[in-house]
Amino acid sequence: MNSEIRAVFRVDRNDFQLNAELNLPGHGVTALFGHSGSGKTTCLRALAGLERFPGGYCAIGDTVWQDEQRGHFVPTHQRSLGMVFQEASLFPHLSVRQNMEFGQKRASTATNRFALPEIAHLLGIDHLLDRSPAQLSGGERQRVAIARALLTTPQILLMDEPLAALDHQRKREILPYLENLHQELSIPIVYVSHSPDEVARLADHLVLLDQGRVKASGPLNEVLSRIDLPAAFGDDTGVVITARVAEHEADDLTRLEFTGGTIYVSRISQALGTPMRCRIHARDVSLALVPQVHSSILNCVNASVVELGATDTPGHVLVKLDVAGNPLLARITRRSAERLEIRPGLNLLAQIKAVALLA
Amino acid sequence: MSEADLSAIWLTLKLATIVTVVLLIVGTPIAWWLARTRSPFKGVIGAVVALPLVLPPTVLGFYLLLVMGPNGPIGQFTQWLGIGLLPFTFTGLVIGSVFYSLPFVVQPIQNAFEAIGERPLEVAATLRASPWDTFWSVAVPLAKPGFLSGAILGFAHTVGEFGIVLMIGGNIPEKTRVVSVQIYDHVEALDYAQAHWLAGGMVLFSFAVLLALYTFNPSRKKTP
Repeated sequence: MNSEIRAVFRVDRNDFQLNAELNLPGHGVTALFGHSGSGKTTCLRALAGLERFPGGYCAIGDTVWQDEQRGHFVPTHQRSLGMVFQEASLFPHLSVRQNMEFGQKRASTATNRFALPEIAHLLGIDHLLDRSPAQLSGGERQRVAIARALLTTPQILLMDEPLAALDHQRKREILPYLENLHQELSIPIVYVSHSPDEVARLADHLVLLDQGRVKASGPLNEVLSRIDLPAAFGDDTGVVITARVAEHEADDLTRLEFTGGTIYVSRISQALGTPMRCRIHARDVSLALVPQVHSSILNCVNASVVELGATDTPGHVLVKLDVAGNPLLARITRRSAERLEIRPGLNLLAQIKAVALLA
Repeated sequence: MSEADLSAIWLTLKLATIVTVVLLIVGTPIAWWLARTRSPFKGVIGAVVALPLVLPPTVLGFYLLLVMGPNGPIGQFTQWLGIGLLPFTFTGLVIGSVFYSLPFVVQPIQNAFEAIGERPLEVAATLRASPWDTFWSVAVPLAKPGFLSGAILGFAHTVGEFGIVLMIGGNIPEKTRVVSVQIYDHVEALDYAQAHWLAGGMVLFSFAVLLALYTFNPSRKKTP
């Protein structure tokens, strides 16, 4: 089923402005990323039909949900969507099972429905079905809320900062389940977040919102590696590279390989061939013109300079590199850039001081 | 206790029960509207509903008497319908009591609806529940404590009314003579012993009702 989303929302109020044109792919996880007040949650609510703006337009695949020029508006309860809010918002008067059945029994009896036991298993809540929501931890509640939304077999799943209300421990508990969803269900997910970590870990596509406007939109790395947007991520500027586990070596290191070379990380338990998402911060990449044999830095890949850009601190520049087709960002001092005469087209070596494994 | 006393008690309970049922039916939509509306008339309607809290019952009774009387609009309408005039009938008493106890039922239900907030209703909408469905399957169950308080207060307040009964009900045995009026009669006849039975009974009843309200009402409910 085609679930591509096209939407236009415009609001012009004294306290809030939104001028967003969204084209979201009908597969994978699309992150709506921005600071608070950027309009990301408002966009999500408008997609769900919980907010209605004059002149708005919203269509998913061939189904038009909103076309105000024709006076057309499908109310939320008639839209094939699932939504997970920041707080789990389980119905306190119903058990976990009844919460999950609430949407399931109201959804139209379309084909390809998910079964409750299957979804409960996927989210690890099998043992909680007969409890009341008040007896669950924050992470468990949020998993039930996700299961409840999925059981309506929605055409799209909307998630509004589902982890923001949870502490660090609960986030770590719930993230693997979100990755599971991604891999096991073919439902496109629109994920609102202000956390660069979550975006790097989960997203395939990224929409960058700032003050109600779409600043950038596209595949994750394409947006992450744009050097004209450094302020969006600040110190977290960097790219995500997918590498496969190639070998577990004797000295407790694991070798990962990607098209641009090899990366060593501390030994991990994943089987050979497992794809791993690695986040490489621009601040952890340094540049050298000749191989550094007398250096402790193990990870070093061949790269060519694509372009240079400003960072949020005047003493530094951001260098966009190409590593056999993979983008990489390096943040170095302006002084070093001038001393090494770094310019577009220059071939050099990128030394990677740290790699964050995401999954 | 005399035959007349028992008949007054029976009539009081009958009146309070009917009034409570009518108030739940009439008061719920008003409470829902007041809790959810952004209309500029919210203040006006809210104030009208709350009027009986501050008005002397005699004022309310006086105007109801005029409106339902032979020259009042409702009086003419009921005569046109062929059911005669409502003052000094049980039906008239029910109508007067409904007005008089309205805020005691509307306000707890309204507060309970407001306490639910927007979120559970939005969640229900994203789970395919229509607004009507959401009202019955989410809003009403979550507002249950408010309905309980409203029903108890409406019932108890109707049992305890006096002024409005005198104004539009009169003092007709087995039709409009309720306990509070009966007590008044006993006192007027200096029959304090009889008055004690009923008055003491009212004190016990009222205390029991309020005790039940404060003990069993789960006002500190958790919303996960």
